[in-house]
Amino acid sequence: MIWASFAFMTGAVVLAVLWPLGRARASSVRAPDVAFYHSQLEEIQRDLSLGLLTPEDAEAAKTEAGRRLLQNADGGETKSGSRTAVRLAAVFALVVIPAFSLSLYSRIGSPDAPDLPLQARAAEREGNAELMSAIGKIEQHLAANPDDGRGWEIIGPVYMKLGRYEEAARAFANASRVLGDSAERLVAQGESLVYAAQERVTPEAAELFEKALELREGNPVAYFYLALAREQMGDRDGALDAFSNLARGTPPDAPWQAAVRARIVALGGRIEAIESVQNAIPSEQQAMIRAMVDQLAGKLEQNGQDAEGWARLIRSYTVLRAQDLAKAALGKARAALAKDADGLKRINTLADELGLKG
Amino acid sequence: MAAVKSHEEHAVIVETGHYALVLALALAIVQGLAPLVGAIRRDGELMAMAQPAAVMQFLLVAFSFGALTYSYVTSDFSVTNVFENSHSLKPLIYKISGVWGNHEGSMLLWVLILAAFGATVALFSRGMPDDLRALVLAVQSWIAAAFLLFVLLTSNPFARLDPAPIDGRDLNPLLQDPGLAIHPPLLYIGYVGFSITFSFALAALISGRIDAAWARYIRPWTLGAWVFLTLGIAMGSYWAYYTLGWGGFWFWDPVENASLLPWLAGTALLHSAAVMEKRDALKIWTIFLAILAFSLSLLGTFLVRSGVLTSVHSFASDPQRGIFILAILVFFIGGSLALFAFRASALKPGGIFAPVSREGALVLNNLLLTTSCATVFIGTLYPLALEAVTGEKISVGAPFFNLTFGPLFIPILLAMPIGQMLAWKRGDLLGAAQRLVLATALGVVGTLVLYALRGGDVVPAVLAGLAIYLTIGSFVEIAGRLSGAPSASAVLARALGLPRSAWGAAFAHAGVGLTLFGLAATGWGVERIVSVKPGEAVSAGPYEVVIMSIAPREGPNYNELVAHTQIREGGRVIAEIDPSRRSFTTRTMVRTEAGIVTLGLGQVYMNIADVRVDGAIDLRLYWKPYVALIWIGALVMALGGLLSMSDRRLRIGIAKRAAAHVQTAAAE
Repeated sequence: MIWASFAFMTGAVVLAVLWPLGRARASSVRAPDVAFYHSQLEEIQRDLSLGLLTPEDAEAAKTEAGRRLLQNADGGETKSGSRTAVRLAAVFALVVIPAFSLSLYSRIGSPDAPDLPLQARAAEREGNAELMSAIGKIEQHLAANPDDGRGWEIIGPVYMKLGRYEEAARAFANASRVLGDSAERLVAQGESLVYAAQERVTPEAAELFEKALELREGNPVAYFYLALAREQMGDRDGALDAFSNLARGTPPDAPWQAAVRARIVALGGRIEAIESVQNAIPSEQQAMIRAMVDQLAGKLEQNGQDAEGWARLIRSYTVLRAQDLAKAALGKARAALAKDADGLKRINTLADELGLKG
Repeated sequence: MAAVKSHEEHAVIVETGHYALVLALALAIVQGLAPLVGAIRRDGELMAMAQPAAVMQFLLVAFSFGALTYSYVTSDFSVTNVFENSHSLKPLIYKISGVWGNHEGSMLLWVLILAAFGATVALFSRGMPDDLRALVLAVQSWIAAAFLLFVLLTSNPFARLDPAPIDGRDLNPLLQDPGLAIHPPLLYIGYVGFSITFSFALAALISGRIDAAWARYIRPWTLGAWVFLTLGIAMGSYWAYYTLGWGGFWFWDPVENASLLPWLAGTALLHSAAVMEKRDALKIWTIFLAILAFSLSLLGTFLVRSGVLTSVHSFASDPQRGIFILAILVFFIGGSLALFAFRASALKPGGIFAPVSREGALVLNNLLLTTSCATVFIGTLYPLALEAVTGEKISVGAPFFNLTFGPLFIPILLAMPIGQMLAWKRGDLLGAAQRLVLATALGVVGTLVLYALRGGDVVPAVLAGLAIYLTIGSFVEIAGRLSGAPSASAVLARALGLPRSAWGAAFAHAGVGLTLFGLAATGWGVERIVSVKPGEAVSAGPYEVVIMSIAPREGPNYNELVAHTQIREGGRVIAEIDPSRRSFTTRTMVRTEAGIVTLGLGQVYMNIADVRVDGAIDLRLYWKPYVALIWIGALVMALGGLLSMSDRRLRIGIAKRAAAHVQTAAAE
């Protein structure tokens, strides 16, 4: 049905364009000029009678207007078009208009989506009313018992779904306050803040994601938003690296892969490089990761003043279950960062977290 | 476009509107090419394709706009744009104004107005040479194609959501206001109106034919665009005045400057086109101004729509839309200026004229207007450029503009009545000055009297005196023509016999005078910040303001705290106002609603700045004498523009009638 009306519209447009073709059109371009000249003479007469012009000036103005008319006399006549040009234009219109519109619309349109006015959604609205009253009850309950962490945790995702992102963030923050930090809660709070800020990763949200990563190494959602934060701050290379790592390091059928790949493409990265890694057999993948870790270790050997780098290296060794190497790296890091109190603290906290001794 | 609603349960109006927009783009491409080729080859058939195409293009875009409006009115939250900017409980008028209260919808409105102008040219231009019309419509169609592409690829208002949310996120409360419902359409009609003069300029450059007749063809369009832009700027300034709660009406904010720039260029264009029409001079300059006015309109659109103003950095991190508009900007401004540089020398130069004459005065006006335009341009763009290059954020505020724009504008104001008194070709400066003696004397007396009465700073009194001179001086020329008539009916007959454009100029100039008076009078205002409880009274200028009650009230999609207030003069109640503070539930935003009452030409303005725990409220209270004149002046300016537009020689079909007249004359 929808395509029929599209066809009808397209036909109407093509007809409107073709309509003037084939109707003989020979007219003088000059008629309007002559008419203008006469109206100008009238006007000069009027200005003269109003005293805006002296009689001599009016005479001069008339001569001038006449001279202008003659000057433009090279305007010439239009002719009825050559048959080839007209035929070409007709074919052009006949082909370009339907081909262009249908191909563009099929790329960006949603022909299968009917109108969905609110009136036609009575059942949903009723469900919504029930949901709203349920939310109201939970809200009342939470107002009276603000320390019910489970309650906050239940209502947070509901707010998220309704698009009430600020309230969702507040609910998750309350849940964390009562139940203590968990990677899931921190990520959920951070994500609400990102949505509330029109999908910008605010510093506040970034801090939550970092905290979540400290609690649980490699939380993909937190990792994704931190990469997005880099992109939004203009660090394209850093963002591309991070997105690529995420795409490589997680299963190819993970739900976030599509979003991650979209970012990689948007940043000008190549998907094939990632796919070659993902298709590789696990041991090969391990080897590739190993090679990357070794590269990082080499870098740190040359320049050890990089607490962040050391932390990453130690983590990577832990993930690869190379406890000995992790411990050795920890020792090296402590030696290299001896003068960097902050860095040392960071490394020691990490060591505690990962349960490394030595 | 019919047969859309055949299945009631499967109506597809939204998608049909989407397709109509795509089709409009395809049509615009054809309309941009065929008539152009036709005009160059002098092929009547190809040229004739332009008219039906332009009308059809308008119908398509109008249908598309209607479909989007329909989805807003029916709260169809399967449309992303509706979900993001509407709410089922929003009052109907804001459901409709919500269509253009957001980026995507406002760009669709832009394109709609563009198409409407194109269709108007196609339908009402019988007296115009065929090749000129074909070229104008072709150029107009390039602009339409660029913006349609922009809308469809980066800002599509027809993007859909599946599953559809059950309710929307509501419109920004600041925009839920009658002023903002009409401000963008007015402003856009102004902006986009200059696209027609731009198209005329490019058509002249392409065909190499430009003459006094050309200047007459563009005159109604320039005037129309100017009238709407004037109204749009005034509306925007009044909106800022009563919404932002600071009692200010012009902040030299980049968004405001973006609308002032095309206004200044357009005003210059209006005057230089008058010289061209009467004297066949200033041709190349007029073409340049026509290009400039629309370029500045495009720049305004770019500044407001790309997000570059909020932060250069946010622009840089999400540049898709911004880059696209920038590309449009570069293509049209760069392209037209290149064409101008390449072809301007081929145009036949116009006549020369004496410096002391009407046309000489208009050249002075042009120089001063374009210089002040350049000043605003620099003040607006310099901070952006600096931030982009060095990352340093500076703000160029009112002091810069007052110091640069002010001194440039005062000579314009002084010279305005004198220019009106000069005759074409050869003017008598001394005579003109003599006839202005009365206006000058009244201005000086006004200054002295106001200074004596009001005291304080001398600047407001001097500016008010200048405003009096300007307002009265605007009508001296007309008064001179009417004086000496033997009876009242003769005066009336003479008044009606005067060209409407003379009346138009007088009113437009007087409007500037009235606005200036309103601006000058801000120096005599009273401003107070007080904390009050119900039952308490405060004074504001000559009036006493009594808070009767402070109570909550419920609106359709907000709750508000209302301070019911009486304004008394000498113990007598002369007005009541209800300033309030509204909390919008969905957006969790607060907006204050100023209480304003106009007394004479002045206003008492009251805004709730804060609510205290003990039930008291902090009030921002102003008495602003003559402030209404600022906007009344703008209305009078617009009235002048409309009068000028209705001038006999501009009425549609004039050329045709004149031709018929000549034929009958020849027959006799």
